[in-house]
Amino acid sequence: MTRDTTESDQEFVTLAHGAGGGAMRSLLDELVVPQFTGNGAETGNDTLVGLPELDDGAVHPAGEGALVITTDSHVVSPRFFPGGDIGRLAVAGTVNDLAVMGATTPTALTCSLVIEEGVPTADVERVIESMAETARQAGVPISTGDTKVMGNGEIDGILINTAGVAYVDREQPVPDAGLEPGDSIIVSGSMGDHGIALLAEREGFDFTGALESDVAPVNDLVNVALDAGRITAMKDPTRGGLANALNEMAGKADVGIDLTEESIPVSGPIASAGEVLGIDPLSVANEGKVVMGVTPEDAEDVLAAIHTVPGGEDAAIIGQVTDDHAGRVVVDTGFGRRYLSEPEGEPLPRIC
Amino acid sequence: MSETEPLQFRDPAQAEQLADRLETLMADIDEPVSLMHVCGSHEQAIAKFGLRSMLPDGLSVRMGPGCPVCVTNMPEVDEAVAIAEQGATVATYGDMFRVPGTKKSLADARADGASVEVVYSASEAVELAAANPEEEIVFFATGFETTAAPTAAILDADPPANFSVLSAHKYVPPAMEVVAEMPDVDIDGFLAAGHAATITGYGLFEPFVETYELPIVVGGFEPIDVLLAIERLLEYVRDGKAGLENAYPRCVSKAGNEQALETMWDVFETVPGEWRGIAEIPGANLVLRDPYAEYDARRRFDVEPVDDGPDPLTEQCICGDIMAGKADPDECDLFGEECTPSNPVGACMVSSEGTCKIWDEYGGHPNL
Repeated sequence: MTRDTTESDQEFVTLAHGAGGGAMRSLLDELVVPQFTGNGAETGNDTLVGLPELDDGAVHPAGEGALVITTDSHVVSPRFFPGGDIGRLAVAGTVNDLAVMGATTPTALTCSLVIEEGVPTADVERVIESMAETARQAGVPISTGDTKVMGNGEIDGILINTAGVAYVDREQPVPDAGLEPGDSIIVSGSMGDHGIALLAEREGFDFTGALESDVAPVNDLVNVALDAGRITAMKDPTRGGLANALNEMAGKADVGIDLTEESIPVSGPIASAGEVLGIDPLSVANEGKVVMGVTPEDAEDVLAAIHTVPGGEDAAIIGQVTDDHAGRVVVDTGFGRRYLSEPEGEPLPRIC
Repeated sequence: MSETEPLQFRDPAQAEQLADRLETLMADIDEPVSLMHVCGSHEQAIAKFGLRSMLPDGLSVRMGPGCPVCVTNMPEVDEAVAIAEQGATVATYGDMFRVPGTKKSLADARADGASVEVVYSASEAVELAAANPEEEIVFFATGFETTAAPTAAILDADPPANFSVLSAHKYVPPAMEVVAEMPDVDIDGFLAAGHAATITGYGLFEPFVETYELPIVVGGFEPIDVLLAIERLLEYVRDGKAGLENAYPRCVSKAGNEQALETMWDVFETVPGEWRGIAEIPGANLVLRDPYAEYDARRRFDVEPVDDGPDPLTEQCICGDIMAGKADPDECDLFGEECTPSNPVGACMVSSEGTCKIWDEYGGHPNL
C-alpha cells in the first residue's frame, strides 16, 4: 500500500520535526513564529516574554503584575506506564512549564480532551481521575475544557491539551535565557527516568519493575528554590532531556556549560537499562525534574533547600557556566572531555 | 599497572596510569603511530569517555570499516525499500531505518505508506510473522557476526512460512585485509572488535597476523579495556613485532562460540560484496545457502530496484575514506552542514555506530 509519490516535490513534515532539536526549531522559525509574532504589534498588546523567545511560557503585563501562560498537547504510548499515565503527564507538564517560568502558584488549568472512538470508557475515567488527583497535588483547579471524539484511526487513542495561567509579580518570571558565566548548574534529581522507563515499557523489555517514570508537578520544589537564592535561568528537561535543555540554555545565553559527569544523578537501574538499549539517559525526557542556573554564592543554599522537598533528595550541582565554548555543553567524563550535544530525532535502539 | 591489580572499568586513576604508560611507549617509539579499530562500539567508547584527549601526541586511533549499518551498500537499502513497496512488511533494526538508499530510506518508504517495522532482534521479526500470518514479513538483516549468528539460528529453527530474510550480513576479517592492503592506508596495528570475537574467537586472526605482519589485539568496550588494548598494541609497535593478543578474556576465547559458528556457516556462505564507499570485498557478504532458499527474500520477491544513480550530494560524502581510516568526519564538507543526524547524507551519520554520528554527538577533537 504505497501512496502516489509522483508529485512529491513537496516537502513533508516528518517525525524528526517533532523530536525537538534543530529540525523542530527550523520548522518553528520558518513556518510558525514569523506569522504569529506579527499579531502583537498589530493589536497593540505587548509581551514581557513572547513567542520568539521560545521559552516554556509567555509573560504578559497584567495590571500591576504579569500573567504567565503556557499550553501543551500530550500524546503518549502506552497511555498507562510505570509511575504514571497520560492524565498525570498532562497536568504535571503544564504546571511544570509554569513553574520553570517562576510561576509556582498556578491560577487555573484548562483541559481539552480528544478521544478516539473505541477507547474504553474505563480508560477515560482512569485518566480523568489521575488528572484530578495531580491537579490537587499541584494546588490548581482545572476550570474549563472541551471534549471531542474522533473516528477510529483518526487519532491514536487519547490526546490531551492543557493550558495553564498564573498571575505573578512582574519581576518574578525566570527566563531560560538568563545564564551568566560563573553560575552553578543544579538539577533537582535523577536524569532520564521517564524516557528510559517508557522506552523499556514500549519495547517490552522487562527490567523487573525497577524503572518508573518521574512524572510529577515540581511547583513546590521550584518555589522553595526561588526563596533560597537567585535563579538566573530555569527549564524542565522534558523532550531531549538534560542534553536538550542545557544546549538550549547555553545557546540562548551565548555561554558555555562545563559538566562533571560523575556529579550528574542517574539511578543505577536507569543507567543499566540505558546501556542495554544504547540510549543515553541524559538525552531522554524527564517529567518531574528541573534544571536551573543559580548565582554561585547562592548555589549551596538553593541545593540545601531543594533537598528538603520530597522528590528533591537527589538534587545536585552538576557543573558551571563558563565564557568558553559559547553555545556548547562539555562534559568531563573523569577520563577526558567531550560534548553533550542536542539530540536529534527519536532515540532508536542500536544494532549491537 | 601491576599484574595483580584488578581492572576497575571506570576508574580514572587507572586510566591515568595507562595514559602515562602510553606516553612512555610513544616516547620510545619516537614517530607517529596510527592504530585502527573496526567496531563502532569502540568509537562510541573512545568518544563518549573523551579518551582521545588522553592520548599522547602522534598517536592516532581511527575507525575502520566497523559499522555494519555504514557499510551496507545503497542498492541493498533499495532492495529493502522495493520489497516494502511491493506490499510486504519489512522489519529491521532501528539503526537501519533512516539510512538513505539511492532515492529513499525505509523511513521515507514508511512515510509514503509502506509497512516498515523496527525490531530489536531477529526473533522479534519472527514473532511478528507468527502474529500476522496473512502478511509477508521480511527481516532486513544487517550486522556482522554478532547478529548474523542469531539470524542463522532463527532460520535453522523452522520459522513461519510467511517469514523471509533479506541478508545484508557482512563478515569483518576480509574487510580488514582489504584495508590493510590499501596503498594509502598506513596502519600500525588493529584493535579488533570484542563483540564479533565472542562469536568467531580470536584465533581466526592468526593467518592475518602472519600475512600482514601487523599486531592485532582484541579489546572490550569499557574505557579501561580500550586503553589497555591500545597499550598492548603500542608494545608490539615499539618492539617492531606482529602478534595476536586477547585483551578481553572475560568475554572472548580463542575458539569462540563454536555452536553459533557452526549454525552460522550452516546457513550462510560468503560471496563478494560492495561495501559502501570502500571497495568490492571478496568473501565479505553473507548470503543464504541453497537449503535455506525458501527463506531468501531475494528469491521470494522479484527485486530489481531501478538504478538511476544516487543523490548527487552523496558523491561528496567521504564516508568511504572515513571507514578506511583515511579521513576524519570533520574533513568532510558536508559534516554538520548538509549532513546531520536528522538529515543524513551518508550512513555514517545515521547509526549510533557510525563515526560521523558519534563525532556529531560527542565531538571528535581532543582539545575541548
